[in-house]
Amino acid sequence: MAFRGVLSDDLGPFQRVMERTGELALFTVTFFRRFWRPPYEGRELVNQMDEVGTKSFVLTAVTGFAIGIVLSMQTRGTLVRFGAEAILPSALALSVVKEIGPVLTSLVLAGRLGAGMGAEIGSMRVTEQIDALEVAALKPYHYLVITRVLACMLMFPILTIWTDSLAMLGGYLESVLASGMDYRVFFNNAISALRFHDIIIDTMKTGIFGFIVAIVSCYLGYTVRGGTREVGQATMQAVVISSLLILLADVVLVRLSITFF
Amino acid sequence: MPEPSTPSAPAAAAAPPPPDTIIELRDLHKSFGANHVLKGVSLSIRKGTNAVILGGSGSGKSVLLKHLVQLLRPDRGEVWVCGKRMDLLEGDALDEMRLSIGYLFQSGALFDSMTVFENMDFILGRHTNLTPGERRARIEETLDWVDLRAKAPNYPAELSGGQKKRIGLARAIILEPQILLYDEPTTGLDPISVRLVSELIVRLRDERGITGVAITHDLLCADIITDEAFFLYHGRFIERGTLEDLRRSEHPLLREFFGE
Repeated sequence: MAFRGVLSDDLGPFQRVMERTGELALFTVTFFRRFWRPPYEGRELVNQMDEVGTKSFVLTAVTGFAIGIVLSMQTRGTLVRFGAEAILPSALALSVVKEIGPVLTSLVLAGRLGAGMGAEIGSMRVTEQIDALEVAALKPYHYLVITRVLACMLMFPILTIWTDSLAMLGGYLESVLASGMDYRVFFNNAISALRFHDIIIDTMKTGIFGFIVAIVSCYLGYTVRGGTREVGQATMQAVVISSLLILLADVVLVRLSITFF
Repeated sequence: MPEPSTPSAPAAAAAPPPPDTIIELRDLHKSFGANHVLKGVSLSIRKGTNAVILGGSGSGKSVLLKHLVQLLRPDRGEVWVCGKRMDLLEGDALDEMRLSIGYLFQSGALFDSMTVFENMDFILGRHTNLTPGERRARIEETLDWVDLRAKAPNYPAELSGGQKKRIGLARAIILEPQILLYDEPTTGLDPISVRLVSELIVRLRDERGITGVAITHDLLCADIITDEAFFLYHGRFIERGTLEDLRRSEHPLLREFFGE
């Protein structure tokens, strides 16, 4: 199935954006039409989960740990002025679990994975490897796209929990150094501030962010035309567009979660 | 302006080609926006022969070849392969037909994240019920045939241009297709490698009865492999026959192409 329109050369900038948006929508619809049909690329899905997950553990750990420390330092200054230092663990837990953890993890992963997927699939396109998969009846959409999208949808929430945990650890260490807070007090306060659905809903929304990153990056790589310059552009666009869409989707998802939960 | 596209005739209305014709194109048209690349191309290729499509850059050779495996869909016209209308097939039916066609890409198009062995095993494992041992034996036999068995553990980045073409050829025949399509099989190779690859193409025809369709502007390769030649210019065949017929043509473009 061709996802790249044949009229592109004749279009102006606005029409081109509209055409590309339509193609992305078609690419997305194709995912939902095909992901439950064979062939099921189980081994490649595991490979991609390793690529997305295991190889992002250090990056997200450092991100989480640093956020925890910085948030704790910044929040402490404000809370001390109001004599409310005791609510620091709760404030930290709420801000990390509900918003900063999911969004920042997703943005960091969009940078790493969006660029990687855009470049890898784009290179495969311009070197005719995707055509080679197609003529060998190997269903490249299943092999390249569906596996990556599913891997991101599964691994983003897991990595978010990991980042959140490291952020809380960072916040705790900062609190110990700054005020000698006991770990039982810190973690009891932090956990008691969270409701079950705070954790579930706000962590699970990163599955949608993972979907956005993967589908946008795969689309841009899959439809590259030209050579290395165009692959570079697709890579850059994959990061920029997925990051913007994550932020926009977050607005919608937060609104929906406030409305329904 | 491109000519308006009209729907293809239904399969029932079109008579299939005779049994000894393995590929037939009828009045094939293809446009990209305002660029009308194929303007009514028709050809027939007999089983067990090597057909060569010659022509300059931008004449539509690659576009024509891609229609034979439906990497591109025609705007108008019919594509018959092994007695079936390829242009009407989709999904699993199209994939099944593709298994009878091998494709040697200009760059080799080897999967660069896999070794040579994995490149071939990847295809074999998904389309056959062979045991791992049987697959290994077939891969080694095929690599022997292109004289590159020692390269099985290497990655494509570790191969020369000629080796990539030969491995690409080995991968293309691993499923024992009836037809092989060669996209510029010798472009960028030194004369010794050109002769080596060309002789492999001839052996595929003679030893395995594989029908070949090659697009090239390499005359040394064409000299070695051609049974029937077609000259494509601006989306139309302007001459066809044996390579000698084309050489003897009085057409000024052909005289220029053959450097006379």
